Amino acid sequence: MKQGAAMGAAELSAGTSFRRSRREQRFRRLKRDKWLYILLSPGLLYFLVFKYVPMWGVLLAFKDYQPFLGFWQSSWVGLEHFRTFFQNPDFFMLLRNTLVLSLYNLVFFFPAPIILALLLNEIRLSFYKRTIQTLIYVPHFISMVIVASISYVFLTTQGGAVNEFLFTVTGRKIDFLANPDWFRPMIILQTIWKECGWGTIIFLAALAGVDVEQYEAAVVDGASRWRQTWHITLPAIRSTIVILLILRMGTILDNGFEQIYLMMNALNREVAEVFDTYVYALGITQGAFSYSTAVGLFKSVIGVVLVLGTNWLAKKSGESGLY
Amino acid sequence: MAKRYRSAGEITFDVFNYLVLGIIGIAAILPFLFVVAGSFATEAEITKRAVFLVPTTISLDAYRFIFSTDTIVRSIGVSLYVTVIGTAVNLFFTVTMAYPMAKRYLMGRNLILNLVIFTMLFGGGMIPTYLVIRELHLLDTLNALIFPGAISAFNLIIVKNFFQELPAEMEEAARIDGCTELGLLWRIVLPLSKPVLATFTLFYAVGHWNNFFSALLYINDPSKWPLQVMLRQIVMLSQSAAGDLSSMDPNFVQPPEQSIKMAVIVVGTLPIMCVYPFLQKHFAKGVMLGSVKG
Repeated sequence: MKQGAAMGAAELSAGTSFRRSRREQRFRRLKRDKWLYILLSPGLLYFLVFKYVPMWGVLLAFKDYQPFLGFWQSSWVGLEHFRTFFQNPDFFMLLRNTLVLSLYNLVFFFPAPIILALLLNEIRLSFYKRTIQTLIYVPHFISMVIVASISYVFLTTQGGAVNEFLFTVTGRKIDFLANPDWFRPMIILQTIWKECGWGTIIFLAALAGVDVEQYEAAVVDGASRWRQTWHITLPAIRSTIVILLILRMGTILDNGFEQIYLMMNALNREVAEVFDTYVYALGITQGAFSYSTAVGLFKSVIGVVLVLGTNWLAKKSGESGLY
Repeated sequence: MAKRYRSAGEITFDVFNYLVLGIIGIAAILPFLFVVAGSFATEAEITKRAVFLVPTTISLDAYRFIFSTDTIVRSIGVSLYVTVIGTAVNLFFTVTMAYPMAKRYLMGRNLILNLVIFTMLFGGGMIPTYLVIRELHLLDTLNALIFPGAISAFNLIIVKNFFQELPAEMEEAARIDGCTELGLLWRIVLPLSKPVLATFTLFYAVGHWNNFFSALLYINDPSKWPLQVMLRQIVMLSQSAAGDLSSMDPNFVQPPEQSIKMAVIVVGTLPIMCVYPFLQKHFAKGVMLGSVKG
């Protein structure tokens, strides 16, 4: 017993001296790398101020924020804002619009770059391939405002080219911009036009990594081009598809604020309003900070859960996942 | 592969494939070509013909109008200022942070890396960020368009990875020759990173030029609106760019409305079209760097 205590003390003193030397060592390393830490400071400050302080700001969702009282003085209200939100009929409208748009995106937009990349991959004239690539990347760099503006200029019933054309052919005009039935197809078409070409880059990179010998072996075995695509090309890019699908799940609830905000108007609001535009309308323009923070928080939490969930599922089914 | 036997089916597929991709390629830029054509046309022509690629009479009225208005010219100035200063700020913040983070021996490096990655997964959202900007008294200042987006976490990690791949021997040699840490960054690392820096300069610059969201949130004063916000006012809300101008100038002739809208669209896109050829050389590689190493 006594011996044990003595040994313990000895160990303890050894431990402290070890710790002291480690502390010294740390201090020496800090001193040695001081310039690196100085360089690091503006960036760290940026992340703390503009990323981490707003994370604490989500606590507003549980408070009744009064601008004249400030963040700290405003009283806590618990889950009241969430309760109000879930009981609000707007909640179902937002959830429906958001999910339907995301579903459309998943069904119509997500496969588009994959198909386009597969088609491009079959082109053997490298000059032709490069020209097409150059053209289809362009829309990615054009702002959403320009995309929306072009849509307005062409689709308006007042002299818009598309409607003038429709009028001469069918004698009728369609108010694409104000008709709720046209809102979703319009949004998806814009997204496809803008991002489909850009989306091929990552798949083309994956396709470039496929071993040519596999194709040669398949040809010897008498595989048609369709069979080669099905049995060699697609499996080769499967993990890329899965990773992008996981990333997509995280953004399933943010269907591009700018695009929807720009294309939304009083007449198509019932199908257009989504979580982000709602947060903007209530928070920024009407000053309901706490309530709209709660809506925003609900959205981001679901987003994180979806990413982690999809990632878990992907790992379960034998894919590598994101992390 | 080129000389192997090809069945009729394969030849049909090839013809079809080349045609379809050709059409897709043209479709990608066609709307823009129509807008450019329309911006040079007279109103009479636009009402007469719905769609055309070459106007019969080339008219510069729309552009003359745009550059004679205070509002649009000022917004172009705002956009240029934010793009130039903003991109410089982006590069400074990104490089100074990426460089230390590329040192594997730096204490606390993993913690910082995780802090950065976490921001890619979860954020405070629109309202808390807005309130922080407001508390910092950045509302209605152009700094609100510059500092809140000083670093893109994604770009930071790609630049960090690039720095990490640079040969360590070079660094050791420079250190032995008495080079300081800052000298190392400035004289060795940055010159070696020119292609990556060029890519991100252009990405950041395009981002600033196209930025609409931050201006919508943080700028209420119309005299500080960047071009993208002005564009929306003119094209979508159909507000005359300078309604009072016509009353000030007796010789003023109201120019065609539709072609003005198209001309503003062209002006809003022009810088992108100018940098695109330079961009294109680099970005495929830049995107790949990001996707492969994450």
